[in-house]
Amino acid sequence: MRPLDHTRLAPGIHPMTTAVRFSGVSRHFGPVKAVDEVDLAIEPGEFFAMLGPSGSGKTTCLRLIGGFEQPTAGTIEVFGQHVEGVPPYRRAVNTVFQDYALFPHMSVIDNVAYGLMIRGIRKVERRALAAEMLDLVRLSGYGDRRPAQLSGGQRQRVALARALVNEPKVLLLDEPLGALDLKLRGEMQTELKALQARLGITFVFVTHDQTEALAMADRVAVFNAGKVVQVGPPEEIYERPRTRFVADFVGGANVLEPPIAARLGLPAGLYALRAEKLTVTAAAAAPGGVHAVVTDVDYQGATRRYRLALDGASLAAVAPASAPAFEAGDPVALSVAPGAAARLEG
Amino acid sequence: MASGLAAPTRPIGLRGRLSDLLLSRPGVLVLVLLAPPLLWLGVVFVGSLVALLAQSFFSIDEFTGLVVREFTLRTYGELFAPANFDIIRRSVLMAAAVTLASALLAFPIAWYAARYARGRLKAAFYLAVMLPLWSSYLVRIYAWKLILAKEGVVTYAAEATGLMPLVDAILAVPGLGGPSFSVSTYGTFIVFVYLWVPFMILPLQAALERVPRSVLEASADLGGDPRATFRHVVLPLALPGFAAGSIFTFSLTLGDYIVPQIVGTSTYYLGQVVYVQQGVAGNIPLAAAFSVVPIVIMGAYLMIARRMGAFDAM
Repeated sequence: MRPLDHTRLAPGIHPMTTAVRFSGVSRHFGPVKAVDEVDLAIEPGEFFAMLGPSGSGKTTCLRLIGGFEQPTAGTIEVFGQHVEGVPPYRRAVNTVFQDYALFPHMSVIDNVAYGLMIRGIRKVERRALAAEMLDLVRLSGYGDRRPAQLSGGQRQRVALARALVNEPKVLLLDEPLGALDLKLRGEMQTELKALQARLGITFVFVTHDQTEALAMADRVAVFNAGKVVQVGPPEEIYERPRTRFVADFVGGANVLEPPIAARLGLPAGLYALRAEKLTVTAAAAAPGGVHAVVTDVDYQGATRRYRLALDGASLAAVAPASAPAFEAGDPVALSVAPGAAARLEG
Repeated sequence: MASGLAAPTRPIGLRGRLSDLLLSRPGVLVLVLLAPPLLWLGVVFVGSLVALLAQSFFSIDEFTGLVVREFTLRTYGELFAPANFDIIRRSVLMAAAVTLASALLAFPIAWYAARYARGRLKAAFYLAVMLPLWSSYLVRIYAWKLILAKEGVVTYAAEATGLMPLVDAILAVPGLGGPSFSVSTYGTFIVFVYLWVPFMILPLQAALERVPRSVLEASADLGGDPRATFRHVVLPLALPGFAAGSIFTFSLTLGDYIVPQIVGTSTYYLGQVVYVQQGVAGNIPLAAAFSVVPIVIMGAYLMIARRMGAFDAM
């Protein structure tokens, strides 16, 4: 692999400059506030995920970085340079589009070499650079094919090579794994992560899949209704959700209303509790405990997932398959380890 | 237990048997569906075309005026007589000019319709493009004759705005001009472009519609400014549409014998020669030979277009 020349990537820029900074950025489409006063700071070399349901503004944020949308209000900096009003073709960022957007009338090698051709690099030279890039994404020998002759996973790697060959300061990925089947998705996750670690380029990727975001990203920003509701490392997002929305969207945690929380022995307040943190034991073994009834059981191989009824509330619990099994209708006792529940703001 | 799954026991009947046959032998169904159009195309259309082409290998006895039914290439040789070759050259140049002008005119319209028009606006677009095709072709040509006539609205507008010297200068160009637009090569050209431009707009629009927005964004993302994106992405992807549209504009212009007869000078175009030779002159072999010309030209044109990769993006 060809080592990337970082002095060329960011000429004259201090290595500690923030890669992408949003300051009070809004993007309105008529009455719709697609992005609403978002502040973000993405650090250089970071693998950053923007996670949220569809329509939450994450894709619009990505398009704002790429230059395909202009902010209605606020400022966007890419490595310290303001980019408001700067068209996509004058930005040092490249995008891997959700549908890959390969040029159907060009061969794979010409697709990859497109950015170099635009920059006026000679044919022999740009083909050599493009071939190296195809090598990097394990597609050497596919240069003469047309995009239509490739599988989804191969097309995606071509799109990746086509973006990376330009040595972008920031690589934007819009739902990069969305169109792939499950097995391929897992492979590409590992591959993308390894590639990012090797190249040291800032990756910003958009996804609605929380497992993908948690597995790949150094930090995750959770979007809801045009706003960033929480930013942090995956562990923090998962273990310490700050709002009811994050708790529910990321991993489907139990949201404990104050009365239920009190029943489980927690201080007054609203809490998020991961299903695997709710311990289920036989009711007979804990006569003084908090008793609930199993309403449903899903056997999932390594684990069993229980639906439980407690004072009219429905809770989820996950137990290892090796633990004693319960059936629907069984009375059980619930317990929460100290510190396992996360206090929510609301 | 099996009785619940068994087929109903009522008789299947003739229609039922037919359905079963067609379902079990898809080839029979295809044959039944295709036989009438294939007969029409094969016997009526291709058959008569072959009969016509065969005529072109006969010749006419100059003395008796009767067709000599013997194989000869003499009639084809006549095509290269200066007067005849001039007609071919003029027709091809006209068809090429009409095709080019139609493409230039059609592209912005097709681009707008494909990329910006939505809903009602799109319906209005289709209506505007198709509407002229719903009225009589002759009426429209005569309307143009009046518009372009010396006493027509063009002259009137030019006089009112003091542009008459410009019009006179344009009409004074030898070979193209004439006393007025309606009796000049310009007039023939304008009416041809007017008539055939819808046949260019529709395929171009269809081709542009198939270009996803993300592909244009990808070009911009990779550093292509609008000019580069147009040259390297839009144009190549629009080429199949242009090729399809040009087949219409080119061949329709080559074959038309009414427009140059009503609007234009007294010089002949291919279509008129075929009409005159097989009618008044009674020289069927020469008419047939002349009608082979557009077929050969279109064939060559498509081959060149294919070589140049016009259909690669299809």
